[in-house]
Amino acid sequence: MSARGPVQVRASVLSLKKVGAYHHLTLVAPGIPERTRPGHFVTLAVGGPDSALLLRRAFSAYRVRASGAYGGTLEIVFAVRGDGTRQLAALRQQDEVDVVGPLGRPFALPKEPVSCVLVGSGYGSAALFTLAARLQERECSVHMVVGAPTEEQLFGALEARRTAQSVTVTTEDGSVGIRGPVTGPLPDLLARTGSEVVYASAPVGTLGAVADLAAQHGAWSQCTVETPMACGIGVCMSCVLPVLGDDGITRLLRGCVDGPVFRGDRVRWEAAGA
Amino acid sequence: MPDPTVDLTTRLADATLANPVLTAAGCAGVGRELAPFFDVAELGALVTRSIQRDARSGLSTPRVAETASGLLSAVGQQGPGVDGFLATDLPWLAQRKVRTVVSIAGTTLEEYAELARRIGNSPGVSGLEVNLLEVAADPYQLGKVVRVVRRETARGVAVLVKLTSEVASVVDGAAAAAEAGADGLVLIGGPRGLSIDPATMRPRLGGVVGGLSGPAIKPIALRCVWQVHAAMPGMPLVGVGGVRTGADALEFLLAGATAVQVGSAILHDPSAPLRVRDELGDLLAARGFDRAADAVGYAHRKPDEEPHEELVQR
Repeated sequence: MSARGPVQVRASVLSLKKVGAYHHLTLVAPGIPERTRPGHFVTLAVGGPDSALLLRRAFSAYRVRASGAYGGTLEIVFAVRGDGTRQLAALRQQDEVDVVGPLGRPFALPKEPVSCVLVGSGYGSAALFTLAARLQERECSVHMVVGAPTEEQLFGALEARRTAQSVTVTTEDGSVGIRGPVTGPLPDLLARTGSEVVYASAPVGTLGAVADLAAQHGAWSQCTVETPMACGIGVCMSCVLPVLGDDGITRLLRGCVDGPVFRGDRVRWEAAGA
Repeated sequence: MPDPTVDLTTRLADATLANPVLTAAGCAGVGRELAPFFDVAELGALVTRSIQRDARSGLSTPRVAETASGLLSAVGQQGPGVDGFLATDLPWLAQRKVRTVVSIAGTTLEEYAELARRIGNSPGVSGLEVNLLEVAADPYQLGKVVRVVRRETARGVAVLVKLTSEVASVVDGAAAAAEAGADGLVLIGGPRGLSIDPATMRPRLGGVVGGLSGPAIKPIALRCVWQVHAAMPGMPLVGVGGVRTGADALEFLLAGATAVQVGSAILHDPSAPLRVRDELGDLLAARGFDRAADAVGYAHRKPDEEPHEELVQR
């Protein structure tokens, strides 16, 4: 039986690189890689016990390696959006970081070797690469759509080419790939590949559009949401979004413990703070 | 582990707690959420998030905003209601022998009565913490709620009352709660605050105004504990607001608290409560205290009073 549940560890920075508009952080985080499944996330404390920033920052696991020259490593990708991520972007090699993970419910995987479409927007694409590898182990064919507002904000387009059966790149300014939103190529791709599952990691508004398009093509959708989160472990009730249950009743579920992956057809996207 | 030379046991009404470190309502869920990080049964007591009679969906998002050394939150009491709590959450805690204080929040006297009757007579409940919501600032209304809760709650189950600092006299509210039968007072509920996002130029919280917690409010909470302890030295007080280290907890004890609650620090470090306990034990030992109870109110001693006999200057 593999280890389950989150752990809290003192991780150390192995490397921090700038990748386009983002930062790619690799941490030696023993105990976390072997527990992590595609779709899981981790939280990082910003600063030490005296930090004026009380909230942890949540990030999708980009890559994990259970063993290696340095022990288990965990990689995340983030954009600088405020004081917390600015401080994380200033970390140096061997700095210590308090990490909790893996957290949340991972992506559900198909039992049959079906065709799948993976949609990633901006650094959200980072959540999809371990998923793509898992799907391919199950002999699913994987088609990726990677989009962003600009070329600089694309993440993983090259890696997607190495991983997936097909890759479509979109930018809203048309600087590379197809001009327009990441959802643009979706109807054609779904029809052409006969995909049965769509996985998406993107802002809430985009996820709603992906879920609708998937439903129109009779495909399941699995969406990972990024809601503002204070604790990541289910205590603070801040990351809630409205989700329809099996009983037909809509409830406010916690993005951190009930998600971050939700069935796209179950989320009330119009009311989810899109 | 705590320093074995210091007796950390704490009396709270009829209950004896293993140590004076509790969790704060709203920051420890119903206990289960913290189980991956430490043994919840080692807490002095777990205080649950506020339980209401009926299921409530709470306020619109965003519900939290980070402020300098603080956390502003407006959740609006989202929860499944008392039925769900009694059916699933309380049995989990009772099975693990977790000392449990259940925070209750009602909108009418009848709701408080029902919550006290149903939860305050359930096995596995050591105490109730009364979340007074909007009546917290009115000693008369507050007294009515506390009287009803005390009447409906089993003897031996402590009734703690959480008070607000946003009154002219915190002692008046404390006296009203004590007269109505409170066994202990929890100081303080977070003062209300506001944060505006300069990008959107709107309030950051969906509920606009939120309760402030974290180190930003610690001096206010300490002041309230100090004032109430000075006025009512025999009343058990639980200090809450910005406790994230053993030194913070020690400050509250010295001001007159018999116990402390760790709240928003859990969001930063989910294993904070037991760390605070261990640090507190070490600090007490270093100052020559054999019992945590001896430190309670120690900062109130007169300048010419003898220092603690074994006081060590470090």
